[in-house]
Amino acid sequence: MPFEFSKEMEARFAKVLEKYPAEHKKAALIPALYLVQEQHGYLTIDGMKYIAGRLDISASEVLNTATFYTLLRKEPHGRFHLQVCTNVSCFLRGSDDLIRMIRDKCGIGPGEMSDDRRFSCEEVQCLAACGTAPVVQVNWDYHEKLTTESFSTLLEELQSREISAPEGA
Amino acid sequence: MATENPGTNCLLRDGDGNDYTDLKVYQKAGGYAKLKERLTMSRDDLREEVVKANLRGRGGAGFPAGVKWGFLPKDTDKPVYLVINADEGEPGTFKDRYFLQKDPHRLLEGCILSSYAIRSNACYIYTRGEFYDEIQTIDKAIADLYEAGLLGKNILGTGYDLDIYQHPGAGAYICGEETALLESLEGKAGQPRMKPPFPAIVGLFGCPTIVNNVETIAAVPVILDMGGDNFAALGTERNGGTKLFGISGHVKKPGLYELPMGFNMKKFIYEVAGGTLDDRPLKAVIPGGSSCPMLTPDEIDIAMDFDSLKTVGSMLGTGGAIVICEPTSMIDVILRISRFYSHESCGQCTPCREGTGWLYRLIKGFKDGTARPGDIDTLYNAAEHIDGHTICALGPAAAWPVQSVVRKFRHEFEAAIQNGGLAETA
Repeated sequence: MPFEFSKEMEARFAKVLEKYPAEHKKAALIPALYLVQEQHGYLTIDGMKYIAGRLDISASEVLNTATFYTLLRKEPHGRFHLQVCTNVSCFLRGSDDLIRMIRDKCGIGPGEMSDDRRFSCEEVQCLAACGTAPVVQVNWDYHEKLTTESFSTLLEELQSREISAPEGA
Repeated sequence: MATENPGTNCLLRDGDGNDYTDLKVYQKAGGYAKLKERLTMSRDDLREEVVKANLRGRGGAGFPAGVKWGFLPKDTDKPVYLVINADEGEPGTFKDRYFLQKDPHRLLEGCILSSYAIRSNACYIYTRGEFYDEIQTIDKAIADLYEAGLLGKNILGTGYDLDIYQHPGAGAYICGEETALLESLEGKAGQPRMKPPFPAIVGLFGCPTIVNNVETIAAVPVILDMGGDNFAALGTERNGGTKLFGISGHVKKPGLYELPMGFNMKKFIYEVAGGTLDDRPLKAVIPGGSSCPMLTPDEIDIAMDFDSLKTVGSMLGTGGAIVICEPTSMIDVILRISRFYSHESCGQCTPCREGTGWLYRLIKGFKDGTARPGDIDTLYNAAEHIDGHTICALGPAAAWPVQSVVRKFRHEFEAAIQNGGLAETA
């Protein structure tokens, strides 16, 4: 399905373009892909082709950049994307217990999504919050200094939260 | 975030009850008060204060900031750019986030002063994508500055023009390397460039560019307020000022602390951070981010500055210490670290692309019980063959911690071979 920016995204795209010299429009690529992702939930081939056209670059240039970065998603995530840092500081403060808890409560492991698409899980690298480890980022929200108790409460809350359409961001 | 502050309160001031994200609050505390005066002083004098401050780059490399600025060409008809590296992501490091989250105007005032000093009229702040809330905070702070006439054309009637833009990263540790960051800012994959030419000559969009870390630039207004000499005097002879030191892992009070450069590491762990978790025996310390070679307990009675840590074969890095206590397996620790570097290698140089994965798989063999007797030496040699054979420092950063663990904890690898792997750790 062909992609195009909504009115709101079009306005935000115009603001993004203002940040860079006109002859270096490609610099707007990552911010532009974030806008596609916010509107559609993830990057489709059509979405990437659309941005190629808007920035006067080739589709392969877009793909080259899009596939390099972990936050640029090529497939949909669950409504609540649980990004568990398992790097050193979080590991030392019990991040593996949090992964186990996700398995128990949500029935998924890293790289998986629950059947109802409510949860997806990913092991991520350092989130730069080591002093408040262990840390889980749910969509964009940081949850720090987690304990098995507080994480259990968080998962239960997300489990029972009413959801409508999948969140874009 | 910890607020206890045994150093001077130059940089870290959360916990004093003020919301410094509010421009008015920041100004009430003296922020931007002398901006007009400073934007009319001689650029050389301004740079000279930073040189005098002995401010060594806070991103990890420790290069003197004022000296770096001096590498820009004297006469150029191209635009000059200041780029702020806010792609904080070295495991163990969480200091730049403090400014982005709680004191954004410290950074922005530093951006204005530093841009002026290097004759730049455009500054980009490259912020890691995961910092979604921090990105909103910085965007709002920038908007507030335009509204107050502190950014844009003819700032405060001084005739100086400056625009500051924020650019989001998208989840790639390598973009903390300054040339990879520039590639990323130009919309490309974050693969480091060959140096020379250095960014000061050919940087962003082919123009002369200075890339500085968040904490480095946030220190600039502080330096100008107290004078370069006074700032320098807070630290040691070749390491000026105070710095934000992080501590995480097995300590009672993990968090962020402002300490003078050269502060004793043992004192940091046992006094400032309250000692080890549950008073467990200390096993190892990673002094300043995951790429620094590890120290054993007998090595930690040492000054935390760029020069002293070199004498024990390690580095100050970003100043984010990770404390590891018994009964943690060092194989488990180095497994996390080697997986990280393997995941984050940009793939450009073969020794790094192939080597980091090889290190990870070899170490995993020790954990899983598939390692053979010769693997300890193979592991060490593989690391040796990465170090020095790559365009950027990610290769050595992957190699050094592995080598330090093999050297200092070889017995754990031998035991893992004998026992057929590691027991499941708690």
